Amino acid sequence: MQKTMAFKLRIWRQAGADRPGKLVDYAVREISPDMSFLEMLDVLNEDLAREGKEPVEFESDCREGICGTCGLVINGVAHGKNNRSTTCQMRMRQFEDGSTITVEPFRAKAFPVVKDLVVDRSALDRLIAQGGYVSVNTGSAPDANAVPISKDNVENAFDSAACIGCGACVAACPNASASLFVAAKVSQYTFLPQGRVEREERVLRMVEYMDREGFGNCSNHAECEAVCPKQISIANIARMRREYLRSAILG
Amino acid sequence: MTLNAKIPSGPLERKWDIHKAQLRLVSPANKRKHRLLVVGTGLAGASAAASLAELGYTVQAFCIQDSARRAHSVAAQGGINASKNYQNDGDSVWRLFYDTLKGGDFRSREANVYRLAQLSMDIIDQCVAQGVPFAREYGGLLANRSFGGAQVSRTFYARGATGQQLLYGAYGALMRQVHAGQVELFPHREMLDLVLVDGRARGIICRDLHTGEIEQYSGDAVLLCTGGYSTVYYLSTNAVNSNASALWRCYKKGALFANPCFTQIHPTCIPASGEGQSKLTLMSESLRNDGRVWVPKDKGVSRPPCEIPEAQRDYFLERKYPAFGNLVPRDIASRSAREVCDEGRGVGATGYAVYLDFRDAIKRLGQDVITERYGNLFEMYEEITDEDPYKVPMRIYPAPHYTMGGLWVDYNLMSTIPGLFVLGEANFSDHGGNRLGASALMQGLCDGYFVIPYTIGDYLADGDLSPVTTSDPAFGQCTSQVEQEIRRLLDVKGEKTVLDFHRQLGRIMIQEVGMSRSETGLKKAIEEIRRLREEFRRNVRIPENQRTLNKNLEMAARVADYLELGELMALDALHRKESCGAHYRQEYVTPEGEAARNDEDYAYVAAWQYGGRDQRPVVFKESLSFESVQMARRSYK
Repeated sequence: MQKTMAFKLRIWRQAGADRPGKLVDYAVREISPDMSFLEMLDVLNEDLAREGKEPVEFESDCREGICGTCGLVINGVAHGKNNRSTTCQMRMRQFEDGSTITVEPFRAKAFPVVKDLVVDRSALDRLIAQGGYVSVNTGSAPDANAVPISKDNVENAFDSAACIGCGACVAACPNASASLFVAAKVSQYTFLPQGRVEREERVLRMVEYMDREGFGNCSNHAECEAVCPKQISIANIARMRREYLRSAILG
Repeated sequence: MTLNAKIPSGPLERKWDIHKAQLRLVSPANKRKHRLLVVGTGLAGASAAASLAELGYTVQAFCIQDSARRAHSVAAQGGINASKNYQNDGDSVWRLFYDTLKGGDFRSREANVYRLAQLSMDIIDQCVAQGVPFAREYGGLLANRSFGGAQVSRTFYARGATGQQLLYGAYGALMRQVHAGQVELFPHREMLDLVLVDGRARGIICRDLHTGEIEQYSGDAVLLCTGGYSTVYYLSTNAVNSNASALWRCYKKGALFANPCFTQIHPTCIPASGEGQSKLTLMSESLRNDGRVWVPKDKGVSRPPCEIPEAQRDYFLERKYPAFGNLVPRDIASRSAREVCDEGRGVGATGYAVYLDFRDAIKRLGQDVITERYGNLFEMYEEITDEDPYKVPMRIYPAPHYTMGGLWVDYNLMSTIPGLFVLGEANFSDHGGNRLGASALMQGLCDGYFVIPYTIGDYLADGDLSPVTTSDPAFGQCTSQVEQEIRRLLDVKGEKTVLDFHRQLGRIMIQEVGMSRSETGLKKAIEEIRRLREEFRRNVRIPENQRTLNKNLEMAARVADYLELGELMALDALHRKESCGAHYRQEYVTPEGEAARNDEDYAYVAAWQYGGRDQRPVVFKESLSFESVQMARRSYK
């Protein structure tokens, strides 16, 4: 029989955006060290459901670190401490047996709480709608090999394009800025010839729209990079600033 | 009912062109008057919604995720096939067509598969133009790799996240149309019913998963792009919210469900570690290029793998299939793994795993080469299992991954309900009995970018669509039925949780309707599913709270549908008395123990019609004829 673990949990409960929330204490037992953090929460919710209590709502989908749905602040760190991936990839063996774990939602002005640990991140989609794409209609593309792109540029573009839109960068930022998120998208298209035509308009629109959604400004804390499950570098933010300045000057 | 697939006449290579020339058009001025409802925003849904909006149609798009970018297409790793022949290695439309048809064990439509191979090239062009960062060579041109045992290099890829990058391309196109006001996007909405007016699909009923509100939407056509049903097995590589409810409810409204028993179990997944497991993680099958699969020769060996001498190891794939060895197709690799585990020779804590050993490859190529090829996969494996695959062989086990079956559609992607179109994994059309690697992304995007924009116009141009709004009585009726269903679930107030039932169903399904099936097993499964369904209806416990986010309620409705779909899958598997593709019946094997296909009796698509609650469905047959190819037998000996 494999050894099991037990934990005390302090979990943020909130019925809705306009309702007060608070931390509530729970306990879980017989947790396998191989379980993921979310599977541990599944166990808690199963216990609660059997007792006729309301389960803790949290979001997840792929549970393999790529969809960007899950996102919890675990012991004060978005996606958890020493985790180079998303919340779903945390394993319980990374915690000390018997310890207390505090679980909170991704907090930001632009991310209103929906319920408990679930927040509304649709502001990120609205940001993408401002220009996070290449305006090309279906059917009008030239042959894929018509425009060679250097391997370096493509690799750099991929590094930026790897962003999964989880919003951890916003949650970790003291200013709740979405700079890393926007910068990653701006950078991806800066590296690619396909993105050049809309280069100026894209960065101006996206950056200016950030304020309208209630995201803060970047003041170089680099907390975003530290929690990013895809290791998106803050060099992207520097690039976005250059692009913004350049575009503002070019008008 | 006669199933008319509407395959155009003419030579195979010309069918799609001839068809396009004959399809009716909707005038540009009239397009905006047609509102189209697109359900699901994965590769098929996002590409369809964006392309139709670009044409000028008014589109409403719905997804269960909180953002359209999160649909499960995002998780596809390996790549996307296209017959570009950029590598000059002998690929062609014909070859991709033939490989796909043969891989599907001749249980798909010749004309559909040929069209897919033709359009595959346009997909790559489109995605590159969108800024998808496909891998490139130093000269700046696109790189390709051979995938899943293909003899040509036709797979385009973006590191190990091809699905993610393709989806973001389609999602970007979709968001551009949202910004332009052509698409209205409804995230966190689950489609719970299809509304028919005069026998046509004219609307949907949704639940807002955040508020619990039941909503009505009307339109001139409904496009289902809601993916497959692998989570019927509970543990699968699919996302935990992936489900078949939209499909199932359309089935209950009269759409036929084709080949439900064709499901693909992927051989290289990280095995389950215990009861609490909620999903299985896939590792790219490229690992089989260098890893050797083995189990101990004797039963019940519990020594660590490094202490098992060579003479006591059974490299069972290499032994049984000397020509292909560890690179046999997915279904054969999966089935063989299960067989050795059923014999009691499996490894790991549960006894349901086999080793995938890189020792010899590391010796031959050096650790650096292995790191370069598989570094990220090795890291992922170690993160999940806490074992170092450079030192200890990986443990792998098959997991449900993809469903080839789905709603029946004709060549225009229209189901048996006029106005209901089905795209991507949700339809049955192109993969037959088994899907080849890197073909799912191809099909989803092909349907959305390049097929539906042409074929839907033909339906809409018919001119028979009278205006319909949600004030039509059909919407009210549907809504109250949906509300009653929800009330009924909440009112059971039983003892067992939704997950208890889902796990139990999953165990029955994987045991008897999984990699290997038999008449006795399938009959037993049908009995067990019926019992479980009956128990669910009187003993499930769902927390109250209808008018708010309530995950248990969402899951309960999906499991209720799976308890019916599971039975249909078993019925279909029972009726198909042959082994073909991923459908393996223990009774139908060659003297050498290999799958025995029966072309005389089963070269058809089995399309099932709902027969009423707990009543036996009726099967209709679309016979498959092959004008341009011979039905060869698969052999990997």
